[in-house]
Amino acid sequence: MNAVILLFPGTNRERDMAIALEKATGRKPTILFHRESALPPGTDLVVLPGGFSHGDYLRCGAMAARSPIMPAVHDFAARGGHILGVCNGFQILAEAGLLPGALLRNASLRFLSMDCHLRVERTDTPFTNRWQQGEVFRAPMAHGDGNYFADGATLERLEKDGRVVFRYVTPEGEATEAANRNGACNNIAGIVSENRRILGMMPHPEDLVDPLMGGTDGLPLFESIAETFATA
Amino acid sequence: MTPSAEPKMTKALVTVMPKAGVLDPQGKAIGHALGTLGFEGVGEVRTGKVIELELAEADPAKAKALAEEMARKLLANTVIESFRVELA
Repeated sequence: MNAVILLFPGTNRERDMAIALEKATGRKPTILFHRESALPPGTDLVVLPGGFSHGDYLRCGAMAARSPIMPAVHDFAARGGHILGVCNGFQILAEAGLLPGALLRNASLRFLSMDCHLRVERTDTPFTNRWQQGEVFRAPMAHGDGNYFADGATLERLEKDGRVVFRYVTPEGEATEAANRNGACNNIAGIVSENRRILGMMPHPEDLVDPLMGGTDGLPLFESIAETFATA
Repeated sequence: MTPSAEPKMTKALVTVMPKAGVLDPQGKAIGHALGTLGFEGVGEVRTGKVIELELAEADPAKAKALAEEMARKLLANTVIESFRVELA
């Protein structure tokens, strides 16, 4: 499987993302600078990692979403390509219109750097097939703007179509207000596109893929991707 | 023969505000601080941003249209924000 990690000025999570992908798929991803205008031939997965692209100027992800590489990412998406955006990567996908809604400033106005718990809402996606339905896993989060917002009609459509993949929950799996630290609508931590091939999520599964990192809770996401392409 | 005169510049102010119904925690915090300072009777406080553009376009209608296009494409995220363009 050929994964391509996009690198924008201010991206800082590309190395851990590469480690996680290589660990699960056995292949080293290509890291591609945002000034390129084409994806390498044979790209299977495009990954937008976390960080602070372009210093979060104007709005998080706003500049990166209009980078020279992005028309190629839009084409890739239109051809049914698989895309993963984590943290700033999710913000970029939303700014680019590849996923609906927007990530607002955390309701508390505080930068949140802590572990959270996520509940897997559906397992029939290319990113979650190695989990059980309703399974809860731990994931670190580190963001100032992770408060997912969409208008009422969009939220209703997302929920009706089962496009909410991860929700902030208590360790016991309850989607409470207290577990929803950034104030996201409906405790939403991650959503997929209509064809389920584009996933955006705020917490960082790539931060927990090895016992040396303190756990392997995030590994199933990368194993799911590996599984998707092994059977494709 | 090349024209030597600088093109006439028009200044446009783009005001970007969160849409009604979009949470504005900064506005809430400012409202709270104003209360702490003893200012009474302050209702809802909303924060946005103003972007000043210098445009090489002498025609006001064209300058306004150009600034509006810039706002739609980059300066505002119309999922959560509305914008207004004024020429200074």
